[in-house]
Amino acid sequence: MKQLFVFIRKEFYHVFRDRRTLLILFGLPLVQILLFGYALTSEVKNIDLVVTNVSNDVLGQRLTNQLRSSAFFNVQEQPLSPTQIESAFKKGQIKAALIIPAGFSADFTKARHATLQLLTDGSEPNISKTVLQYVNAIVQDFQRAQQPVTSISPVITPEVRLLYNEEGNGSINYVPGVLALILMIVCTALTSVAVVREKETGTMEILLVSPFKPVMVLVAKAIPFLILSLANFAFILLLAVYLLQVPIAGSLLLLFIITLLFIATSLSFGLLISNATNSQQVALLISMMGLMLPTIIFTGFIFPLENMPLPFRWISNLVPAKWYYAAVRSVMLKGLGLADVWKEMSVLCGMTIVLLSITVKRFKIRLA
Amino acid sequence: MDPVINHQLPSPATADAAIECRELSKKFGDFMAVDRISFHVQPGEIFGFLGANGAGKTTAMRMLCGLSYPSSGHATVAGFDVYREQEKIKQHIGYMSQKFSLYDDLTPLENIRFFGGVYGVAERVIKERSRELVQSLGLEKEANKLVGALPLGWKQKLAFAVALFHRPRIVFLDEPTGGVDPVTRRQFWDMIYEAAEKGVTIFVTTHYMDEAEYCDRVTIMVDGKIEALDTPVHLKHRFHCDNMDEVFYRLARTAQRSDA
Amino acid sequence: MKRLRFILQKEFRQMFRDRTILAMMFMLPLIQLGILPLAMNLDVKHINLAIVDNDHSTYTQKLISKIGASGYFIIVTTAPAYKQALFTLENGTADIILEIPASFERNLIREGSQPLNVTVDAINGIKSGIGAAYLLTVIRDFNQDIRLLNNGQPVIAPAVIDTATSAWFNPYEKFTWYIVPGVLVLLLTLVGGFLSALNIVREKEIGTIEQINVTPVKKWQFILGKLVPFWVVGMIVLTVGLLVARLFYGIIPVGSLFLLYLLAAVYLIALLGFGLLVSTISNNQLQAMFIAFFFIMIFVLMSGLFTSVDSMPAWARTIAAGLPITHFMKAVRMIILKGSSFKDVLPVFIIEGLFAIGLNALAIWNYRKTQ
Repeated sequence: MKQLFVFIRKEFYHVFRDRRTLLILFGLPLVQILLFGYALTSEVKNIDLVVTNVSNDVLGQRLTNQLRSSAFFNVQEQPLSPTQIESAFKKGQIKAALIIPAGFSADFTKARHATLQLLTDGSEPNISKTVLQYVNAIVQDFQRAQQPVTSISPVITPEVRLLYNEEGNGSINYVPGVLALILMIVCTALTSVAVVREKETGTMEILLVSPFKPVMVLVAKAIPFLILSLANFAFILLLAVYLLQVPIAGSLLLLFIITLLFIATSLSFGLLISNATNSQQVALLISMMGLMLPTIIFTGFIFPLENMPLPFRWISNLVPAKWYYAAVRSVMLKGLGLADVWKEMSVLCGMTIVLLSITVKRFKIRLA
Repeated sequence: MDPVINHQLPSPATADAAIECRELSKKFGDFMAVDRISFHVQPGEIFGFLGANGAGKTTAMRMLCGLSYPSSGHATVAGFDVYREQEKIKQHIGYMSQKFSLYDDLTPLENIRFFGGVYGVAERVIKERSRELVQSLGLEKEANKLVGALPLGWKQKLAFAVALFHRPRIVFLDEPTGGVDPVTRRQFWDMIYEAAEKGVTIFVTTHYMDEAEYCDRVTIMVDGKIEALDTPVHLKHRFHCDNMDEVFYRLARTAQRSDA
Repeated sequence: MKRLRFILQKEFRQMFRDRTILAMMFMLPLIQLGILPLAMNLDVKHINLAIVDNDHSTYTQKLISKIGASGYFIIVTTAPAYKQALFTLENGTADIILEIPASFERNLIREGSQPLNVTVDAINGIKSGIGAAYLLTVIRDFNQDIRLLNNGQPVIAPAVIDTATSAWFNPYEKFTWYIVPGVLVLLLTLVGGFLSALNIVREKEIGTIEQINVTPVKKWQFILGKLVPFWVVGMIVLTVGLLVARLFYGIIPVGSLFLLYLLAAVYLIALLGFGLLVSTISNNQLQAMFIAFFFIMIFVLMSGLFTSVDSMPAWARTIAAGLPITHFMKAVRMIILKGSSFKDVLPVFIIEGLFAIGLNALAIWNYRKTQ
């Protein structure tokens, strides 16, 4: 036991001496939370919209003003020809152009049917679709406001309730994602590189000839990263609660247990990688490209899984972070209990057992 | 042990000093790595630099090679100032570090070609000299293998040849024979003598005391200071020792910061 | 200049001897462009809706079939009570619950007003936001319908404003058209950024940098010697990427290919300058990897790869404007999708040029031959 302690202390020195890497390990979640929380909004705002009001009549002007008062658009009123509009699109100056045709008022009041022309920049389809939605909503309101009120017009008033996220906080979804990502970096990438570095420098051989049990070598290697991960876990939760004001709806204990489980899975992954590779560069490439990218893509925290082709959804089941993400979302954001996350937890358990047994088996073979 | 080749000591009056050092120091924080060392090296001399690990040999050498700035003192190498004219110094010296530092993923010929080119040796000359070199090293068969696949002894000989390739006036060798077998070490010293014969000044650090005997003059550094500087014969005489090993032991055991 | 030739020869030799780099050059574009555009789909379709119909009237029938016909929604369940519906929201089968209260039809006809409950799983902001907006649009339409129906008497039909739209440059508003050029930029950034960041520091770790530092080679020659081979790799990656975009997704740049390459050339110099700067700062490869990862992550997230830069808050837009990738991302989309001309992207050229000069100057300045 004393040996183990000595060993773990050595590992701590390695990890905590590299201040720059340490700084990045805590800077990364901070920046991610800030960016995801504040900068990357899915809502669309400040869209540059040109209104070409050919009509120049009362209603046309009124509609323009209505558009201008909306926060979605930066409205510029300019008489542009189609070629000028195209050139503005090509320069990337505007996202949409609304043309109010000549005789708009007359069409509306006399012919009782007017047509507007909306041109959008389809190279950004989500924005172009949203622009149409917004313009339609404003035009419909406008149209209603111009009609005389009929005495009996039944009105349906939809009352929208936002569940789990009453303020519509856009960042809430990202918190579990950032957690999964950071834990993966610490446990998988750092651990694998730490072990492989000992192989490269040849110190691994020295450790293996010492009277210390080989498996304990791995255990000792893993412990500083375990502690570092827990520190990161606490740090991210604090950021989430105090910076983003995302409350922890469920049991903190359950959240902690799930996280421990995921850390175990990631550590086993890291040990397996270090077992299979001999150079730091390869270990880094595998853990960054081979694990980071799937973690970002296949957990569904940025891109919805149900939009993906079926084979991708199958693959996603192999990504541990996906299960962790789902479980944290349920507990942390929805406030659900053990009964609702036992499935995710058992998958993580299973993965850990499989990974660990492969690692130990390979380790023994190498020694034999 | 006698020198392999009978080497004539150049007379001090033949030319200006190849290396001149006055009160040269290097400080890392509070730590005096090199403490006011002074000496001069004659052209064509084989100048041995001895000391325990951590005595400051490598630090002193790095300052002379223009790899690190001195904290105080004066020094010129090949007539150039170590503060202001490092890049000119670099044109006139060769360097071989204790860590093998040719490219493992290039062949011997490619390494030679690269370093020759970097020193501005003309294409035609590079071709000519590398042919000679491969021949004299007996590397014909290995010339197109990657350097990483060569045995250490050959790597070291190759590194020395590369350090000499652009015909520098001074060559700095930092523990060049570390980890090399006795036969190769002997061959290595033959190469050193050969170069010195041609007038190249050799500045060499080493741990091996038998190698110290091969040098024209030897300095022994202890704790960043020069404790002794003379020919091996004089040193042995002065300290009443039979060999350099004993001389070194006498001086080095007073060291405060040795880890050897 | 003569020395530079020898340096370049060495760098190219080493690079083309490195299997990893060769594999990266051809496999990475295939894998990334093959997978990412299909996976990075922020198109909101298939919103899963659970309906609780407490009324079971003709009106509710009509409303439900109107919702079904809208094409946005999949009605996953019609639960008998709100509690059951809530369960589907918890386990993630449904995104939105629409609850129609009992006596919905009667109240509408008699009282002329009736609230409807819409409950949204708001954790996924995009989906809940757009989903709710779609649902409200359908309900508003339905409201319009029954207004006419209800009034019955041939009063003056209300005047209508139609909006005829056309989406230029991407008439079917395909998300892949948007994301593929973005992934192309991502690809260049990852390959160029990581390779260059890991290179010089590797020579530091092996020790060969000492041997270089003791030669009279000029600092700019050394940095340029590192930059050029990666630049060539970047151009090859771009070419492979463009081929994949054409073969897999049928995306053929509308604008001039020459212009695209020219801009990529300048951008790559800027990016590689950044990578080499990281490499000169770091002490070992692990550190270099982390520093590079940290910054490249910020670059990618802020670049407008999948979220609009214009919608960001002002401070974030300022940061985004200070990153070379943001301008490049925008310009690549402009050239590939809209066929923008040299004059249209001239400002981007100037910006990238300044970045290229600045970052490389920093890398050269920060590389110390003498400590």
